[in-house]
Amino acid sequence: MLYKKKWPVLLFIVPGLLFMVIFLYIPFMENIRNSLYNMKAAVELPGSPWKFIGLANYKRLLTDPDIRIAIVNTLKMMALTVIFEVGFAFVLAVLVSNVKRLQQVFRTVYFFPVVISATAIGLMFKLFYNYNGGMLNQLLEAWGKEPVNWLSPGLAFLMVCIPTLWSYIGFYFVILLTGLSDISDDIYEAASIDGCSRFKQVFYITLPMMKPVFATCITLAITGALKVFDLPWVIVPNGAPQGTTHFLGTYMYQQTFGLNDYDYGSTLALIIVIMGVLVSWVVGFFTRERE
Amino acid sequence: MKERKKIKISNIIIYIVLIAWAITTVFPFVWVLLNSFKPSSEVLNASFALPKEFIWDNYVTAFSRMNIGNAYKNSLIISGSVTIGVIVLSAMMAFAMTRYRFKGRRLVNSLLAASLMFPVFSTIIPVYRMMIRASLLSTNLAVILPHIAGNLSFAAIVMIGFMKTIPIDMEEAAYMEGANVFQVFMRIIVPLCKASLSTVAIFSFMWSYNDLFVQKIMISDNTKYPISNLLETISSQYGTDFGLMAASVTLIVVPVLLVYMVLQKNIIKGLTAGAIKG
Repeated sequence: MLYKKKWPVLLFIVPGLLFMVIFLYIPFMENIRNSLYNMKAAVELPGSPWKFIGLANYKRLLTDPDIRIAIVNTLKMMALTVIFEVGFAFVLAVLVSNVKRLQQVFRTVYFFPVVISATAIGLMFKLFYNYNGGMLNQLLEAWGKEPVNWLSPGLAFLMVCIPTLWSYIGFYFVILLTGLSDISDDIYEAASIDGCSRFKQVFYITLPMMKPVFATCITLAITGALKVFDLPWVIVPNGAPQGTTHFLGTYMYQQTFGLNDYDYGSTLALIIVIMGVLVSWVVGFFTRERE
Repeated sequence: MKERKKIKISNIIIYIVLIAWAITTVFPFVWVLLNSFKPSSEVLNASFALPKEFIWDNYVTAFSRMNIGNAYKNSLIISGSVTIGVIVLSAMMAFAMTRYRFKGRRLVNSLLAASLMFPVFSTIIPVYRMMIRASLLSTNLAVILPHIAGNLSFAAIVMIGFMKTIPIDMEEAAYMEGANVFQVFMRIIVPLCKASLSTVAIFSFMWSYNDLFVQKIMISDNTKYPISNLLETISSQYGTDFGLMAASVTLIVVPVLLVYMVLQKNIIKGLTAGAIKG
């Protein structure tokens, strides 16, 4: 009865809807269109109209060596996040759920890096990696070893991955720990009466029962890897050294706002969307419950 | 007896692993805090020692030369506005979506769900162009608006999920007493949604506070920098002033950690819910 008059709907839904349309849907469509034009500047200037260039930007993708590095790095990052972030977070969650004391402390402390901005963490790791007197090289010096250039082409990618992975383990740890506590103790009890060791219980009870939680975590980890920007940008701006640490996000930023190649940037942005859709589809395909 | 001993040893190993990981998440912050009180030369040579004497120079520089106080103010204005915007808009949308049957309801639902697939990269160039044309570049609004849009869909989905579970009886009763739709919304729905509204508030605040990407694109005037922007500048321009870098990181990290300690449960809930957004 209260909701019979329909006109208030407009008042409640239009403001939010407008935001979505103006700042998400229209820009998203415009971005697709922009990728087909030769944008001379961010804003079309009188006297120099944009030229329609069709799929030229997409052809360029095929011959651009840097985009290959960015895609490979992003894929590697996805694999690493799944294996190390989700994997190690699961190990920690199982261990924590098996101890009685300090549980709350571990929960609190493991979540520390999650609340800190990636920019601050990046800055912190820059202090660790610095060649002259960075923390790591001071440690090496104390052991009488030669200092290492941590951000050399061979090492830089790994050195960007470490803080990225480290900072989010606590996040998956919390999700997985919640999932673990949802499994009833009776099942474990029954299993141990039947002579199933604690180690085996993890494989035969915990893992299968946690499948949906894992599916969520893996999807989050992979789409998260696709959105990596802040941390690599602070530690190794512009894919330094020699473009070896480019990710899709940093490469898109550099092309668009560093080199003012707005249309190629739009193309790269669309590639990120396509990769996101594809990857979540693949993950969904493998993790869906099959009857 | 033997069994008990075995369990004890495995327990010790478990604790060693857990404590070792805890050290990796705590030690870096302690290291930075300690080094923020040293002159740069001391950071370079003895970063593991306690400061010979505690000096405040780095903090003075951070406030006077880098104007970190102003950056804080900008960041708080941005994240505060984003939070309020997202809360208000998402609660209103969720109210309409759960209480009314109307034409286009399913369309709005699909629009909400589909927009989760848009990463910020895919909309930022046209939004940047929009801000140029509206001459809003280097204003807080240029950061606030895209952040509201970016958090709104997921917030609305969270709120819809919650409002669905509120039984409609109380609203009907209020209507009988003569309340109109707006009174019902403000006096009954909003108070009942406090818990999920605070979840939405926390992730909107944290994600916009911690973000660098949008700030970097929208704000080029360095007197208008919010926190992340300023930190990045310090890192690229004063990268050799280790003391200043350590002090700046400390100034950013410590307040966040303190707030986290106080609101721990809510923040963990808010962020784990909020991260599912695109």
